[in-house]
Amino acid sequence: MTAPPDDCLARNEWICGDYLSSRRGILMDATIQHLQLTAASVLLGLAIALPLALLARRRRWAAAPVLGVTTVLYTIPSLAMFSLLLPVYGLSATLVVAGLVLYSLTLLVRNILAGLRAVPEETRQAARGLGYGPLRLLLTVELPLALPTAMAGLRIATVSAVSLVTVGAIVGFGGLGNLIYSGMNTYFKAQVLTASVLCVVIAVAADLLLLGVQRLLTPWTRRTA
Amino acid sequence: MSVLTDTWSWLTTSAHWYGPDGIWTRLGQHLFLTVVCLLISCALALPVALVLGHLGKGGALAVNLSNIGRAVPTFAVLVLLLLTPIGSSGQWPTVIALVLFSIPPLLTNAYVGMREVDPDVVRAARGMGMTGAQMMRRVELPLALPLVLTGVRIAAVQLVATATLAALVGGGGLGRIITAGFNLASTPQVVAGAVLVAVFALLVEGLFEAGRRLVPDRTGDRETV
Repeated sequence: MTAPPDDCLARNEWICGDYLSSRRGILMDATIQHLQLTAASVLLGLAIALPLALLARRRRWAAAPVLGVTTVLYTIPSLAMFSLLLPVYGLSATLVVAGLVLYSLTLLVRNILAGLRAVPEETRQAARGLGYGPLRLLLTVELPLALPTAMAGLRIATVSAVSLVTVGAIVGFGGLGNLIYSGMNTYFKAQVLTASVLCVVIAVAADLLLLGVQRLLTPWTRRTA
Repeated sequence: MSVLTDTWSWLTTSAHWYGPDGIWTRLGQHLFLTVVCLLISCALALPVALVLGHLGKGGALAVNLSNIGRAVPTFAVLVLLLLTPIGSSGQWPTVIALVLFSIPPLLTNAYVGMREVDPDVVRAARGMGMTGAQMMRRVELPLALPLVLTGVRIAAVQLVATATLAALVGGGGLGRIITAGFNLASTPQVVAGAVLVAVFALLVEGLFEAGRRLVPDRTGDRETV
């Protein structure tokens, strides 16, 4: 009741409305960077994982090396992964995206492959009997049936990516992680808590969004559920 | 190419291996953190998971815990703990964060393992007059063991990764070589640290994979001796 600048920022409180209003710009920029890094890495990961999964499905010899390499990549801790890419990409956003792409590959390839493998052989034969060629079979029968499993992988990959972007703060491109990192160095409690909570909010929102997309894309699964 | 040779010469400089910041010290800290935290989280999570799995209760909790663990950024929790009063007491923030993040895989896998035991086998055991504790110890646990061990393996790899991140908040371990390399703007040191961390993580994964092969899989046909 005595200190002159007696607001929650001066008192360094965990929860602080003044922080939200005075640093709105910084928070917005960090959130946007967070979303961009996540979206870029998940989309790129998907673009690489789909052909890999198809290759592993079509060519028996390819399955073991594809799954093996992606599993090894997944075992490498995030900080080490980003560090290993440093000589290639330098201190850049590309480094963070590349690292996250490598992580998402494991989850995506594994789930897409599991989804494709779970398509019943009878279904495939029925489609062939109706005169479906290989491409049409893949696009209109196999991929839609693999979708629920593949989407489960995509959701896990996205949520993981949202969380791992924060580690990108080590190279200065960590979205909300940058705020956590600088908040740590300046002992700024409100900034660390706000950025952390926003990370979780983004992860949950992305998960729900993808769940909604999955429901829209696979209306036939709802009847059985 | 020069990065590779520089990294190699960093790794082969004996001065980098010894002393309080040397590789051996950091490796020892990393190993100690991983082993101690794995023991703590096994002691906390496994009894709960096995009993819940035996009783068939709390399934939603066991499964959702993994999702929550994935959505919350490790880095954020490390920094948040550092800024709490616990943060001033040495390794505690690191230990708590490590334990928190290794509990979900342990809990989920052990629970699922117990639930997936063939209900006919459980009924047969009950028919033979076994008590709940006997059934758990002599029937369900041996059958659930492969999945329980999978959980322990995932938790161990997760611990190695989290312990690496702990370097960002001043914890010990191999991650310190990486963060020190970033502070010195020494790419060879960053890469050397990353290589050490990656090799360590892969060794831990390999060790558990080897251990899993030693455990007989009793879920298959009656081939067991």
